[in-house]
Amino acid sequence: MSKFKLVVNAQEHVVDVNPDMPLLWVLRDKLKLTGTKFGCGIAQCGACTVHVNGAAIRSCVLPISAVSGAVTTIEGLSKGGELHPLQAAWIDHDVPQCGYCQAGQIMSAASLLADNSQPTDADIDTALAGNYCRCGTYLRIRKAVHSAASFYNVGANAGETKQ
Amino acid sequence: MTAKRLNRRTFLKVSTLIGGGLMLELSIPATANAEEGATLVRSKELNAYVQIDPDGQITIYSATPEMGQGIKTTLPMIIAEEMGARWEDVRVLDAPLDSAKFGMQGAGGSTSVARNIDSMRRMGASAREMLIGAAALLMEVDREELNARDSQVIHSSGEIRTFGELARLAAEQPLPDPEFLSFKDPKAYTIIGTSVGGIDNLVIATGKSHFGIDVDVPGMKYASYTRCPKVGGSAISFNKNEILSLSGITNAFILAPDARSGDASMAFLQGLAVLRGGVAIIGDDTWSVFNAKSKLKVEWDETSASDDDWSQMIESAKQIAVKGGGEVRLDNADVDKALADKGNRVLESFYEFPFVAHVCMEPMNCTADFRKGSGTQPDSLEIWIGSQFPGQVKEIAKNMLGVEPDNVTVNPLRMGGGFGRRAVHDFAAEAMAISHRAGVPVKLTWTRTDDIHNDFFRAGGFENMKAAIDTSGKLAAWDQHYIGFKHNNKPVIGSGFAGNEFSLTALPKARVSQSMMEITTPCGAWRAPGSNTNAFVEQCFIAELAQLAGRDHLEFLLELMGSRRWIKEGNVNVLNTGRAIDVIKLAAQKAQWGKKMKPGSAQGLAFYFCHAAHVAEIAEVSVDADRNFRVNKVTVAVDVGPIINMSGALNQVEGSVIDGLSTMALQQITMKNGVIQQDNFHQYQVMRMAATPMVDVHFIQSDNPPTGLGEPALPPLAPAVANAIFAASGVRIRSMPLSEAGFKLV
Repeated sequence: MSKFKLVVNAQEHVVDVNPDMPLLWVLRDKLKLTGTKFGCGIAQCGACTVHVNGAAIRSCVLPISAVSGAVTTIEGLSKGGELHPLQAAWIDHDVPQCGYCQAGQIMSAASLLADNSQPTDADIDTALAGNYCRCGTYLRIRKAVHSAASFYNVGANAGETKQ
Repeated sequence: MTAKRLNRRTFLKVSTLIGGGLMLELSIPATANAEEGATLVRSKELNAYVQIDPDGQITIYSATPEMGQGIKTTLPMIIAEEMGARWEDVRVLDAPLDSAKFGMQGAGGSTSVARNIDSMRRMGASAREMLIGAAALLMEVDREELNARDSQVIHSSGEIRTFGELARLAAEQPLPDPEFLSFKDPKAYTIIGTSVGGIDNLVIATGKSHFGIDVDVPGMKYASYTRCPKVGGSAISFNKNEILSLSGITNAFILAPDARSGDASMAFLQGLAVLRGGVAIIGDDTWSVFNAKSKLKVEWDETSASDDDWSQMIESAKQIAVKGGGEVRLDNADVDKALADKGNRVLESFYEFPFVAHVCMEPMNCTADFRKGSGTQPDSLEIWIGSQFPGQVKEIAKNMLGVEPDNVTVNPLRMGGGFGRRAVHDFAAEAMAISHRAGVPVKLTWTRTDDIHNDFFRAGGFENMKAAIDTSGKLAAWDQHYIGFKHNNKPVIGSGFAGNEFSLTALPKARVSQSMMEITTPCGAWRAPGSNTNAFVEQCFIAELAQLAGRDHLEFLLELMGSRRWIKEGNVNVLNTGRAIDVIKLAAQKAQWGKKMKPGSAQGLAFYFCHAAHVAEIAEVSVDADRNFRVNKVTVAVDVGPIINMSGALNQVEGSVIDGLSTMALQQITMKNGVIQQDNFHQYQVMRMAATPMVDVHFIQSDNPPTGLGEPALPPLAPAVANAIFAASGVRIRSMPLSEAGFKLV
């Protein structure tokens, strides 16, 4: 066991855990932030996607000892009480079915939009290629990302910025 | 308004809320309740109740488990419509498990809308009549002069009372006699038929939705469970000292297989114990118990364990196909004579489809808190679970631990996918057995490998197809031999014929038979059981026959449907060829069937009837010389009667197309000497976003009773794509997944 200091959603935490414990389980079991989901444990499905320094990563394979930067989870994506444009678009386009993969999808999409506010279908497919949806909501995810992107382009709250 | 007689086996009960307000709940006769408790999906009972607070807040309880099929939004829409409520005033809360109030709380077989619509309408109409009764008293007018809409009762003079103002008095009104309840004219609908977003979209998009895997109970420990890799085996010993020395581990022990752990879904389970033999590890967090699991060394007793082997199954099936025979399900013409007739053209094709896993995105999990009784205090159990039939958990607790159903509290939670997997409760049996033994509340989480290895799989199988085409290009004989699987001499679920297949009900010159091979591998319901594989064989073979006859597939398929007729008049679960013809023609028209396409691109057609739904699909596919293929577009025509939630219905159809493509292109479970060969998503893939086709959906909103859409749009996808690949490339696909035939989905 070792003590690790980490910043999650702009809040500082100290956890005393095994250095090999992936960030996913620190978030879920120790910090009780269960919005980030477990899907496979081998970085294949993307359900566990969070941001470290703004970049989308698979938290199920990142040991806590290797986390170097501020972590943002789905719970911390919206700022100042307003929904992130992607979250609003997810609701507008009625994207979810079971809903389990959607936090990971949104986090991957948020990282894309922070870099590229006018993504093509191909850009979206590439950025979200690591995220499975077994219910098959891909068409609506793509539409929602496009419509959130247009929201970015009119200068509204673009959510987090890369640090 | 139209009066309609409804099922009256259940009754409404009215009560006044503390603080004033109307509450309607169900009162179900004890006899009906007992009967429903023993069945999975046959219930015709209702399961919601509605509450109106004096401040105007309308609360509708959702008692049907939600797994992504949208039922938590759909059923409340029906109540709100009949009440005359504004959707914005409605909130939907999850109902607890309470069969006395809600009847059978389950979801499966795309039946939830069909089972509940009459009850939901009656619930809404009763509330409306009571609100109108209250308004008539307050306004001192005739109730005939009153109308309910936008959460208000409005008098013809323009005088208005809000539902909130009326709630207290409404609760004192007599319950309307169901015999004389009237219902809204569908033309006046303002909610039903519109697009309403999923009721939980906000909590999902913000990461606040609460699935079974997210449960956190005070004092809870975390658990993993490792079963014998071969079904039917048990643990003899394991490296206990090493496991207990690992960080975060507090306990570890062997559990023996327990045959008492079965529930009423045992028909699904081939008589297998739900609790399989294995090793439980308990610790302080999920990672610690997963980490310890990966270091587990177990000596297994495999003497009576499965030795199923997929390659052997293929060999055996091919031999059976050559030999012919089997149990004859239908024999209505001299098939052998037509097949031997030298004047006829004859075709024989052997089809193969694999076992597949459910891979719900949320791995199986369950939290259990067994509390030992003392003195007069009996043993009790509390369970948190995402389940399609949460009530079944009580039966397992009674059978395995002797806890009386009244002392079991079940907390049903949203499911991260179901697809039939969460109709079986092996993970609940494990969680409660572990809590019982360890004496603490435990959350059991399966790894993805647990989830794949210990699935109740979609049964693989084979069909040997023969047919004769006469000199005029018409079907002269159809000979279909299904080679599937049984366990203890009973067909496993989804294997063999259900009885309502096209060839068994609508073909005049057919022989249909089945031979079942004994297996141990557990099989279960997988999205459109039986239909999802039989559609592939039947609809591909029809395309093969059209080609043999030198005829257009569409025209040939329509000819096979014959005259417009309902095979069993009035039975929605039986094919209606008129509705079939209508969806086939609509899909063809919308997809511009027969249009000119680029070289390497082509269309493929398929139709299937199941789950009271008629669905036709046309896939447009491009294939290159290296067998890279892309499905560019799928046109879908659906008749499931009137649509309740347009957005939800479209979502289900889009999802079924994508799931169907993912499965046919990529997925296969194989077993070797009883061991499942696929360990995780690197060996068992789900389609990724880039391969997603455009999906163009058209509904025929017929006046047939509405039914569910969770399943029936999936079966026609595989044959439509396979038929398109043939038309584009000349390669006839007779086995799935396509990756095995060298076709790569791009």
